[in-house]
Amino acid sequence: MTHLKRILLGEQGLVVIFAVAFVIVSLTVPNFLSERNMLGLLQSVVTIGIIACTMMFCLASRDFDLSVGSTVAFSGMVAVMASNATGSILLGLLAAVLCGGFVGTVNGVVIARFRINALITTLATMQIVRGFALIASDGRAVGINDPSFYQLALSRFLGIPTPIWVMGLFFIVFGFVLNRTVFGKNTLAIGGNPEASRLAGVDVARMRIWIFALQGIVCAVAGVLLASRITSGQPNAATGLELSVISACVLGGVSLAGGRAAMTGVIVGVLIMGIAENVMNLLNIQAFYQYVVRGLILLLAVLLDNLRSAAGRQRV
Amino acid sequence: MQDFLEFRSIFKGYPGVQALSDVSFAVRKGAVHGLMGENGAGKSTLIRVLSGDQSADEGDIRIDGEVQRYRSVRDAFHAGVIVIHQELQLVPELTVAENLWLGHFPGKGGVIDRRKLIGVVSQKLAEIGIDVDPTAKVASLSIGERQMVEIAKAVMLEARVIALDEPTSSLSSRESEILFALIDRLRANGTVILYVSHRLDEIFRLCDSLTVLRDGKLAAHHPEISKVTRDQIISEMVGREIANIWGWRGRSFGAERLRVESIAGPKLKVPLSFSVRRGEIVGFFGLIGAGRSEMARLVYGADARSQGTVSVDGATVPADSPPKSIRAGIVLCPEDRKFDGIVQGRSIEENMTISARRHFSRLGIINPKRESELADKFIAKLRVRTPSRRQDVVNLSGGNQQKVILGRWLSEEGIKVLIVDEPTRGIDVGAKSEIYEILYGLAEQGMAIVVISSELPEVMGIADRIIVMCEGRLAADMPRAEFDERRILAAALPDIKNSKDLALTQVQ
Repeated sequence: MTHLKRILLGEQGLVVIFAVAFVIVSLTVPNFLSERNMLGLLQSVVTIGIIACTMMFCLASRDFDLSVGSTVAFSGMVAVMASNATGSILLGLLAAVLCGGFVGTVNGVVIARFRINALITTLATMQIVRGFALIASDGRAVGINDPSFYQLALSRFLGIPTPIWVMGLFFIVFGFVLNRTVFGKNTLAIGGNPEASRLAGVDVARMRIWIFALQGIVCAVAGVLLASRITSGQPNAATGLELSVISACVLGGVSLAGGRAAMTGVIVGVLIMGIAENVMNLLNIQAFYQYVVRGLILLLAVLLDNLRSAAGRQRV
Repeated sequence: MQDFLEFRSIFKGYPGVQALSDVSFAVRKGAVHGLMGENGAGKSTLIRVLSGDQSADEGDIRIDGEVQRYRSVRDAFHAGVIVIHQELQLVPELTVAENLWLGHFPGKGGVIDRRKLIGVVSQKLAEIGIDVDPTAKVASLSIGERQMVEIAKAVMLEARVIALDEPTSSLSSRESEILFALIDRLRANGTVILYVSHRLDEIFRLCDSLTVLRDGKLAAHHPEISKVTRDQIISEMVGREIANIWGWRGRSFGAERLRVESIAGPKLKVPLSFSVRRGEIVGFFGLIGAGRSEMARLVYGADARSQGTVSVDGATVPADSPPKSIRAGIVLCPEDRKFDGIVQGRSIEENMTISARRHFSRLGIINPKRESELADKFIAKLRVRTPSRRQDVVNLSGGNQQKVILGRWLSEEGIKVLIVDEPTRGIDVGAKSEIYEILYGLAEQGMAIVVISSELPEVMGIADRIIVMCEGRLAADMPRAEFDERRILAAALPDIKNSKDLALTQVQ
């Protein structure tokens, strides 16, 4: 019992639980382990997975971003409209990234320079940006003119769809950034103790602005891939995404109090969210129940995390 | 009188450390009992076990002959044991009376009986002789007053045992005297006080009996404090004789290094000017609230200045930005290690290299080998006691945390001015000597050093020159040859009237 407890509450507890759950599900749920289903599962978590990378930084630095869902919809819309208007997909992508980066920078400047609570600021920009998406499209979906835009999401490399490669690349890059760069270490330091970090010479305000700007840019990438997959710019796309992304991060052991985050944890968090949904779909469980299950998983993860940090404190 | 509080062979281990082994001693009713020991000697663990925060692996605590089996702080409360920590546990936005009643407000059906709320508190405060307005918000009180409120709370809860952990570490000497008078009254009422302190003067002033811990074991138990000497206690604590803990040695000074010209800020209205030479250690002394830390924060750029310039080796330092100050060679070890110094939850390595890591990064990517080499180098050089550089910095004792913060700056390149604010607060004698030694070493390399301290013996022991501050102004400036305890204190005191008796208590 104590042995089990030590494993579950240890650093890799979540990974162990994930592995066990994965094996059980593979053995019991028919068609789960098929290549087709696996790729579908990964496809379904691409948006969450990509954004979780930067949300991890945001949470690790003790901040919060609710505007990601709106930014995804808005930048996807911008990408479609700009590429339709100019006939160039590249220009569309550039416009989307600029818009995403702009939203993020505004968030960052308001939060870090004007010292407005991150929750409130991004609650406001979440609505403003959603409004922009609706205004720009007059509330309707905007279809993609150039079919090669679809190729962003449909193309495959070595049999695996491009968006999954992008997500994998983001996992690797941001995992590296978190653990091996000044930016990542400073993010964790700010989250651990902002004032001490400031006095130690970290430019806290600039760091926070960068984190939000990066978040905006990453949202734009996710928004473009999403628009490509659903073959249009949808002003109502990705509603509620912010909560799924934050859930995935928290599931992955990112502390809302800041200072603690790990890429592997976030990846596992994202996959748990994806598997839960996928399995319920395979078992034909009604969508309404899925909300309940998702909520329960999140609660359990947070409780586990709480037990883990309590066990950690015992050692102090 | 019989033993009231008794520890019977207490054992407590953490992974890798036996924090307490076979600690047994007893305290008489109505006694103030001192608890001393170096950091890591087991004092904090013992207090935690007493407070119910953690339970002992073996052994038990008896109060009035009764074995206590509590498992939480709440149980300890009910048993009449209250621990007052260095970090006070009051709600700043509530009034004194509300804080004292917190958890069991008087009244009916959820409506608070305001008359009783305030009445009982004023009576209680008067009874134990605490002069604080019960309707004042705690946020408006000084740290000393807050501590009184904390003690009043313990008395209201009818504590039979009150443990005080370094209560005077952030008090001025006048506030400390008021606290001591209060402790004397509690003693007369029969309360057992367990008094943890590093200050020998206080132990002799207050305590009836004393226990010294070393490496988690009982090093000595003195039922009568009158039968021991200071030197004996110090050698029991460290296991060796420390003849002179200051170890000051003469040095020659070079050209002017730090020049501060009429700086002022929101909290320091009167412009201040001073300078420090190469190799010189200047001590800033003053009562709490004299503006020394505010001065340091202005010089470092941690707070915005409204006027004035700071220059290092003749070059002006841009204001208001710690990163720019660091690049210009000025660094600060802040007063409050826990809130402004260490980054909790991160490793020793990350805490040490937080500033310097940019030097061994290419395109923002840290070279992990150089990072760990640097951390190991300063862990060894500053003798930080830790099994590994990967250890969470919170697990270190105060002295070792201070060394990590010093290491943070020593690992920076080209530091010319080091400002250390209360470098040895809450740190044991052995580690203090080590920190002084580090400071002398840096001064010998030509650094200009500013040491802020509230302990007069410390400032006099290590500084080459003392600048006294009083109510936000510079009150005196004297070289080591002219050091005079009475003169320094007189300059630090805002009110001449009170200076005589206070000076006397300090001298004794």
